[in-house]
Amino acid sequence: MTPTESAARPAGAPAPAGRRRFRPALGAPAGTGRRPPLVLLVPACVAALFALLPLGYLAVRALERGPGYAWDVVADERTLHLLARSLGLTAVVVAACLVLGVSLAWLTVRTDLPGARAWSVLATLPLAVPSYVAAFAWLAAVPETGGFTGAALALTLVSFPYVHLPVAAALRGIDPAQEEAARSLGHGPVRTFVRVTLPQLRPAAAGGALLVALYVLSDFGAVSLMRYDTFTRAIHTSYRASFDRTPAAALSVVLVVMTVALVAAEARTRGRAGHARTGGGTARPAVRTPLGRRRLPALAWCAAVVAVAVAFPLGTLGYWLVVGSSATWDLAALTEAAWATLGVAAAGAALTTFLALPVGVIAARYRGRGPQLLEQSAYAGHALPGITVALSLVFFAVRYAYPLYQRLPLLVGAYVVLFLPVAVAATRAAVLQAPPVLEDVARSLGRSPLRVLREVTVPLAAPGVAAGAALTFVVCMKELPATLLLRPTGMDTLATRLWTETGAGSFAAAAPYAAALIVLAAVPSYLLGRHRT
Amino acid sequence: MRRPSARRTTALLAAGLLLPVLAACGSESDKGGSTEAGDSALVIYSGRNEKLVKPILDKLEKAVGTKVEVRYGDSAELAAQLLEEGERTKAGLFFSQDAGALGALSKEGMLAKLPSSSLDAVDEAYRGGAGDWVGLSGRVRVIAYNPDEVAEDEVPDSVHDVVRPEWKGKVGFAPTNASFQAFVTGMRVLEGDDATRAWLKGLKDNGRTYANNLATLDAVESGEVELGLVNHYYWYERVAEKGEDEVDAKLKFLPGKDPGALINVAGVGILKDSEQAETAQKAVDYLLSEEAQTYFADKTKEYPLAAGVTSSVEGLPPFDSLQSPDIDLGKLESLQETLAMLQDVGLV
Repeated sequence: MTPTESAARPAGAPAPAGRRRFRPALGAPAGTGRRPPLVLLVPACVAALFALLPLGYLAVRALERGPGYAWDVVADERTLHLLARSLGLTAVVVAACLVLGVSLAWLTVRTDLPGARAWSVLATLPLAVPSYVAAFAWLAAVPETGGFTGAALALTLVSFPYVHLPVAAALRGIDPAQEEAARSLGHGPVRTFVRVTLPQLRPAAAGGALLVALYVLSDFGAVSLMRYDTFTRAIHTSYRASFDRTPAAALSVVLVVMTVALVAAEARTRGRAGHARTGGGTARPAVRTPLGRRRLPALAWCAAVVAVAVAFPLGTLGYWLVVGSSATWDLAALTEAAWATLGVAAAGAALTTFLALPVGVIAARYRGRGPQLLEQSAYAGHALPGITVALSLVFFAVRYAYPLYQRLPLLVGAYVVLFLPVAVAATRAAVLQAPPVLEDVARSLGRSPLRVLREVTVPLAAPGVAAGAALTFVVCMKELPATLLLRPTGMDTLATRLWTETGAGSFAAAAPYAAALIVLAAVPSYLLGRHRT
Repeated sequence: MRRPSARRTTALLAAGLLLPVLAACGSESDKGGSTEAGDSALVIYSGRNEKLVKPILDKLEKAVGTKVEVRYGDSAELAAQLLEEGERTKAGLFFSQDAGALGALSKEGMLAKLPSSSLDAVDEAYRGGAGDWVGLSGRVRVIAYNPDEVAEDEVPDSVHDVVRPEWKGKVGFAPTNASFQAFVTGMRVLEGDDATRAWLKGLKDNGRTYANNLATLDAVESGEVELGLVNHYYWYERVAEKGEDEVDAKLKFLPGKDPGALINVAGVGILKDSEQAETAQKAVDYLLSEEAQTYFADKTKEYPLAAGVTSSVEGLPPFDSLQSPDIDLGKLESLQETLAMLQDVGLV
């Protein structure tokens, strides 16, 4: 609020909206407090500002030839056309990911599916497959899979874990008592799932779907190989064909606007229901539904998904190894790249999760314009192509953080900017499931906000937050465009080695790097599965 | 009990996250040491693949007598990065896969003017108009064919012929490949937009598209298509790898200054604001030297452009015998219009 505004307010008028910006979530007891404590607000704002860096860069670049020029680029007829194509692809991929992600999560967490835990780990691995490797594999096996179908197929199969992981975490966190009550009142298993379980999964599923949508919008690898022209393609064309950053920036702004709209739309689906259970931890896990005669079809479904999403790309890698003559087992280079990858991805995941925590907690616990803005800021740049984000960090680092330029800390910072929403979504969904009343109790017992966070909120949300950290770790591992531009000179990750080898057409030499990415991605999901069964 | 085991998992995860971080920090401090010592090192941004040029850049390090650090990336993305870095760039030398990226830096005045000793080492057609970049090696567009399917004398003499009805479904090409797009740009410069558009439509009806040149060559090899529009060196690399007897496909070098015989070059430029200009100049001299030019001829199977080196690759027609179209490589900047056209026609 500006001073003029408050001066203009007639005496006796209702308090300015600004003061009520941070309303506690509906359903939360009155003691929740009106605004987030500083201990949350300050780091959350830092994280949000960090995530907004690319937007500052886009503003500078898009407007450097005046708003008229930027508008001409954006208002082109082709822009609308491409936008429609991008959104069409996004809608189909999101729908397919929801079907795959939710069905696998339910089967692996809530049924007596044989080998449930192994399936659960396997269902995470596709995330480690770079989209262009998936596209390559499909094109090599079925050259006809081009265009929309091919792009949708490749993108769905690498991104459904974005839905699967948070939904599985949510299923584990739901208080089984509600479902048991529904069953005891005469609901069948299907009706119980639709009426009781599904609504509680909504925040996790919608959060995952949003991540999938933004991933599809930002992807370049799969759509370019599949020759499906999307909005991102126009941005890349601007860099590659005309070496002009101004139209690229103007077009990128459209992606940002679209992202904000999608985030707002997702927020609308959240509804007002509370999703917390009443106790901190259930004394027992939910009873697994016996599949009975449906066991075989359920197994076949899991096997089919894992076959096309994991076994198929791995098989393609194996084929590359066998037929290629460039196969050289440079174990030293592989080990070095693997360690470097683990190091930067772990640092990236740790810092991202840490910074996402306050944003996620605020997004879950407080309503109103302020918290909404914070969360939207975290997401704003997430649909931008990696190259745009990387260039924005080059822009800022060269000007304001030169000593860090092309050093590890900046690369880790880039991962935070790129993947903050991944961790925020997981944190938010996890905190939503934790009962706010416990925080109130802790507060009423005189605990400081920091101690409430440390002793109540975080421990309750830990499984979900850890799932988010694992997810972030995997996507950091396979990140390519920003890593190429910002890595210390001479450092190689598995993704950059993979890029080098495939760029030279040495697919056999590339295969071990891609395989290592997939194998390493299994580690965090395996660890996550440890306490589940 | 659930909570303690959840906590144990969290601890395990945290440990798992922390260990590699510590390891990375350790290796970073190792590297830190070498960077301190390497402040005077020559930094090269290379848009050419590490697999192709690392051996010669290792030799270059010895030749210039200074430590050399190479950042590999995509030519266009490195050009964008250099443009963002501006005068604070750490790069001394930019080694680009194609003329376009060098032209973009030249246009922004980021490249230093090269001495005539460097410029005159190569033909005028293969260096920057402003005298600030120089080509090192060239690759020529050819038609690959499968002799089991089509006799040598039936192979078209011009790309114009591949859009004829008799080749329907028999032509492979890679529309997203940069060299293919440079060739289409060349055709636009030589023959105009309308003729090029018509040709592209014909190609779309006749052709099958592949992800890249190698996949196109594979398709010719397997008989999936009879003709393939590719760069010459892929075939020679394949032959070097497998032996000529194992490679069925043959190449046709097009006569008569056909647009389908365009030559693309890889080249270098020195960053104007670099403090390493002197070393960078030594590096340019080395890359134009007989030793380096012979490397491009023998190892990357390209055409060397300087030092009077001729390729010793068996079966490769001499550079002088190529009948490439006369075209100013600087004009290939209008790639954007080419892409718009490819999109219009529905090829990309």
